[in-house]
Amino acid sequence: MCDQTFMAITFGPCDNCSTTSPLMNIYIKNEPTNYCSFCVEMMACQGLLKGETLASLKNESESLKKKLEEERAKLHDVELHQVAEKIEVVSALSIKTRRVLKGHGNKVLCMDWCKDKRRLVSSSQDGKVIVWDGFTLNKEHAVPMPCTWVMACAYAPSGCAIACGGLDNKCSVYPLSLDKNENLAAKKKSVAMHTNYLSGCTFTNSDMQILTSSGDGTCALWDVESGQLLQSFHGHTADVLSLDLAPSETGNTFVSGGCDKKANVWDMRSGQNVQSFETHESDINCCRLYDLRADREVAVYQKDSIIFGVSSLDFSLSGRLLFGGYNDYTINIWDVLKGNRVSMLFGHENRVSTVKVSPDGTSVCSASWDNTLRVSRALGMPWLLVLYSLT
Amino acid sequence: MTINTLAKGVWHREQMSCFRKMEKVIVAMQDPDMGMKMRNQRLLITVIPHAMTGRDIIEWLIQKYIMSEEEAVHLGGLLVRYGYIYPLKEPRSLLLRLDESAYRFQTPYFWISTRWPASELDYAIYLAKKNIRKQGELMEYEKVSDESYELCSSDSAEIFRASKQRRKSDRIVLECQEQAYWLINRPPVGSLYSLYTLLCRLLYHLIFKRALGRNRVKSSICLESFVKHSEQYQNHDPIMQGCLPSNPWISDDTSHWTMNTDKVATPTRLRVERWSFSFMELLKDSMGKKEFMTYLEKEFSAENLCFWQACEDLRHGESSRIIEKVEEVYKQFLAPGAARWVNIDSKTMDKTLEGIRHPHRFVMDDAQMHIYFLMKKDSYPRYLKSDLYKNMLAKAIVPQETKKSVFPFMRRQRHSSPSPAQAVTQATEEDGQAKKAEQAGTNSAATS
Repeated sequence: MCDQTFMAITFGPCDNCSTTSPLMNIYIKNEPTNYCSFCVEMMACQGLLKGETLASLKNESESLKKKLEEERAKLHDVELHQVAEKIEVVSALSIKTRRVLKGHGNKVLCMDWCKDKRRLVSSSQDGKVIVWDGFTLNKEHAVPMPCTWVMACAYAPSGCAIACGGLDNKCSVYPLSLDKNENLAAKKKSVAMHTNYLSGCTFTNSDMQILTSSGDGTCALWDVESGQLLQSFHGHTADVLSLDLAPSETGNTFVSGGCDKKANVWDMRSGQNVQSFETHESDINCCRLYDLRADREVAVYQKDSIIFGVSSLDFSLSGRLLFGGYNDYTINIWDVLKGNRVSMLFGHENRVSTVKVSPDGTSVCSASWDNTLRVSRALGMPWLLVLYSLT
Repeated sequence: MTINTLAKGVWHREQMSCFRKMEKVIVAMQDPDMGMKMRNQRLLITVIPHAMTGRDIIEWLIQKYIMSEEEAVHLGGLLVRYGYIYPLKEPRSLLLRLDESAYRFQTPYFWISTRWPASELDYAIYLAKKNIRKQGELMEYEKVSDESYELCSSDSAEIFRASKQRRKSDRIVLECQEQAYWLINRPPVGSLYSLYTLLCRLLYHLIFKRALGRNRVKSSICLESFVKHSEQYQNHDPIMQGCLPSNPWISDDTSHWTMNTDKVATPTRLRVERWSFSFMELLKDSMGKKEFMTYLEKEFSAENLCFWQACEDLRHGESSRIIEKVEEVYKQFLAPGAARWVNIDSKTMDKTLEGIRHPHRFVMDDAQMHIYFLMKKDSYPRYLKSDLYKNMLAKAIVPQETKKSVFPFMRRQRHSSPSPAQAVTQATEEDGQAKKAEQAGTNSAATS
């Protein structure tokens, strides 16, 4: 069943000892190699200096971690809700579902808005990717993918192409043609190749480059035209589940979140991990706000009555509101500055997989495992990043 | 094989924390002082002790967690769906009803967290027991295969005989509990999540050492600027403040979008105000960029913006055209005596010229950054004080808020808009035709 296999371990001759066995794909000094598990252990031990053992290295890691926490705490002179005391409370929002987009045959896994503020693309477990005009509910294009579980999709900034991928380990780009007779699937261009499922993809500032994240623990930047790998980003020790670009003046960084409970900030040019935030295992099922300049967590959004974890988040245009799609089929709206929950949205009949605010902030779209998308409306920040915890 | 057991374990652990949270709520509900008031319920002719109504549950949740009724219904529904509370009258309908229908707490023996995972053999035994009791009235989905039935028929018969010894009300309670448990835990259990953990201790070291050396800013400064940003943009946030003339998704009127397109004659006031928030905002808006270019032309420093634009094009463009683009940029902006020479300091210029010998995507980054900050610190503030900007701000329109129509139930027709993909198709068609014309022209020139 496609639900079950997410990890394919390669099998073949080890790069070190040449015995045929299940191989682990690891990176030594940024070079990819395939070692059998025995050789990995040996290498880890050999990499140690005289007098060190794995245990002593672990202790040193722990003490470094503590020291880092102390350094971060030194400059923490005020809490966010204290600074936010002087601002007015958010007035009651009356958000209602304005459009329900029906048409997918199975769980909707991902969606993305077009820059024209009304079109969007969504991908589903049934292997279809549909481009909708959200305003009129028209389905403008439907692309069948060769695999099921299309977990990531993105709209190009020009509005002329879409990218999608999932269990096929690839990210493909489809130019959108208006000719009704044209078979979109025939024009497909395979851009990214990973060794495990594709969990997220997004175009960078233009149609020519795509950034992808994958279950193989890496993110990568690709040139669309040639399919060439421009840069790869290693550092996560488990599946990378999401990524987002930073809206900065130099336009060079992005953040990725993974199953190893870390959020890493990367420099797109050099491939280096420039900042990293970690959460503790005991505190899952809440949203956290991290300030990049202060280099620390500044707020947590949680409630006793919220039992299930959040799968997707987005800020409203001013950054005051945070929309979170939860696994208990609801969307909670938080006041980012004051830390309290402003409102709740009901309506989906299964877990919410993606939540995205439209580019001009007029509405928010939520995609769900109940096969629909809902566009709701009520009567973005280069220094902040939000990490959500996973179930 | 190891991966799968690891995976199950991890998923198990993560689901467990959800269950533990629900159990906390349940335990609070059963607290003798602050918990729910129970009463005896009549089920046909038997009296079942310790039951409560759906209405009681909702009221208790509202009171304890200070939440709205809608949320209490939602939370209560979750508790029923996961088997911590079960309905007495219609056990198959796992909903929380707000009327007088009765509910009971599931015994911890049958909690989903303690009985994990529900094995198929247990289920078969339960079904066989039920079969004996009800003389063959099993639901369609409950009919197990013949072999498993054989296996467990003796077990179930044994259990059935033993249970006949108990008091009737106890028996009914146990049956209800068991039924509720299996309604939820019927195998097969849901999808598997797999996690692959690879520990790289040496990598952690590097990251920590780098993190320790980082320059940090005081929280008060960071948070104050965040608050300021949020306040500044509040009027521009349609979800918080609404938008003029109306939000297209509510009124079905697309004027808001048509008023804010790239090529509109007169921009809206909010849009022009936004250009003053930051240099990046001005450049992000194509109309703002055009205005700024007009201003720079007056100041004879337009080449800065053109250079910046060309560098952006280089950075985000196709890999195949990098070399040709770098050459263009050099010829136009950096070469001595170039038509649109940009003024960069000598150190950056030397470094860039050196880099051009081996052109790559980021070779112009330093020079681009230099020019960007030059514009930001010098030209941009002057633009905001200039007559050009002030006039634009003065003539910018503030749309009238659309009054809600007299007949709100009449929906406007929703018009479609041309797809962005269409613009490109037309352009390429026109290009193609132009090329054809050119070729024809040269051919005829060659022959004549």
